[in-house]
Amino acid sequence: MYMDEQFRLKVGLAEMLKGGVIMDVTNAEQARIAEQAGAAAVMALERVPADIRKEGGVARMASIKVIREIMNTVSIPVMAKARIGHFMEARVLEALAVDYIDESEVLTPADEEHHIDKREFKVPFVCGARNLGEALRRIAEGAAMIRTKGEAGSGNIVEAVRHIRTIVKEMKQLTVLGKEELVHEAKNLQAPLELVEWVAKNGKLPVPNFSAGGIATPADASLVMQLGAEAVFVGSGIFKSSDPEARAKAIVKAATYFKDPAKLLEASEELGEAMPGLEIGKLAEGELMQTRGW
Amino acid sequence: MKNGKPKVGVLALQGDFEAHGKALARAGADPVEVRTAAELDSVDGLVIPGGESTTMLKLLHYENLFEPLRAFGAAKPIFGTCAGAILLANDVSHPRQESLGLMDIGVQRNAYGRQLDSRIARLEPGEESRLTDADIEAVFIRAPIIRRVGGQARVLASYAGDPVLVEQGRHLVATFHPELTEDPRVHALFLDKVRENGR
Repeated sequence: MYMDEQFRLKVGLAEMLKGGVIMDVTNAEQARIAEQAGAAAVMALERVPADIRKEGGVARMASIKVIREIMNTVSIPVMAKARIGHFMEARVLEALAVDYIDESEVLTPADEEHHIDKREFKVPFVCGARNLGEALRRIAEGAAMIRTKGEAGSGNIVEAVRHIRTIVKEMKQLTVLGKEELVHEAKNLQAPLELVEWVAKNGKLPVPNFSAGGIATPADASLVMQLGAEAVFVGSGIFKSSDPEARAKAIVKAATYFKDPAKLLEASEELGEAMPGLEIGKLAEGELMQTRGW
Repeated sequence: MKNGKPKVGVLALQGDFEAHGKALARAGADPVEVRTAAELDSVDGLVIPGGESTTMLKLLHYENLFEPLRAFGAAKPIFGTCAGAILLANDVSHPRQESLGLMDIGVQRNAYGRQLDSRIARLEPGEESRLTDADIEAVFIRAPIIRRVGGQARVLASYAGDPVLVEQGRHLVATFHPELTEDPRVHALFLDKVRENGR
């Protein structure tokens, strides 16, 4: 796979975020709380996914004023979300000099057929995926970090687990296939052969592989990391819980000590109430965020 | 030491510890991830990787590792890259924050700017660096700048007039990321320090 200097720098920042927690914030005060708790980065957005789900309407890129205040408040990287296919929101965020852009299914898609051509940007992008084909299509478009989509704002880990397990299983399967079989798999995955061959040879994605969508507790964070995620995004899970500071700290600890149940127990004590959760099966098809994008 | 390979820890609280493990193995060490004081006790040297220094500081305090790490540095070599360099300094600015103070350097965080200012540069190693056979490819990611170098510290390489690779006694810091290249020379330089210290 061709790694030019610009792409190496994009992937390089993703490497620095490994083992960390990226927290959704909607204002500078939340960003300060996140940084104080040990967040490795913050994600600026207008409303957390649980509120987008509840209030409905079109969800767009966050206000520039709010993103700028967040950037001026914290010293950790600041990410912001752009709508799927909305390359002009992305250009605005790049001009603002955010550190990473999330082309996100949590916002209302701007284009139902095309994702952003992320290779044209100097700022790095992260994109969601539910399976290996989707992950590789996003990487082919220039994404330097992949995260599971999960089901944002649900407080339910089941979809993130499904997605990380699917991606990891599909990667393992590639490693035992012959060359001609990989050509066939590239067709099935709807992904470039070059990337399929890279994964077959290395058994992992060519960019860091994180998890998002439904993480609400320290145990949730540890679970997806045990399954192969290298860091976690927490959206509504922190600021929709009863004690955001304590929960943010606990999830930071869980992301580092994800293999250590004793430490996880310690992190899980006296946490207060988690955010309310939703059963995925009871959501109507149109309410699912993960089916946005392809 | 195992089969002549020094056992070197990589502080694995947060950051690119996996890349450092691979780089150490390429340079001839036996790398292990360190997350607890007991694991710290078992290694001959330690790498503090790149990542977010604020996050690492929080975790050092959550796990009561701050003082053990400082004590470790009083006896054994530490190599800090980027965030690791910030933690080893005795003076951190932009914003001010606590550090281990194991090296007499002053470091300004995120001194080049944001991610858009991250860059890959070629360094010409200084005469004293022991890295003189070719340029070093230096990957800077939201990197700090070493603004002050105390009398005990020696500059091994500079970029655009600022020191980027500095040693002081058994310790070494880089503001760039040798672990994100295939070149093992900077890690090999650190392994020399680990071997010297073990004698």
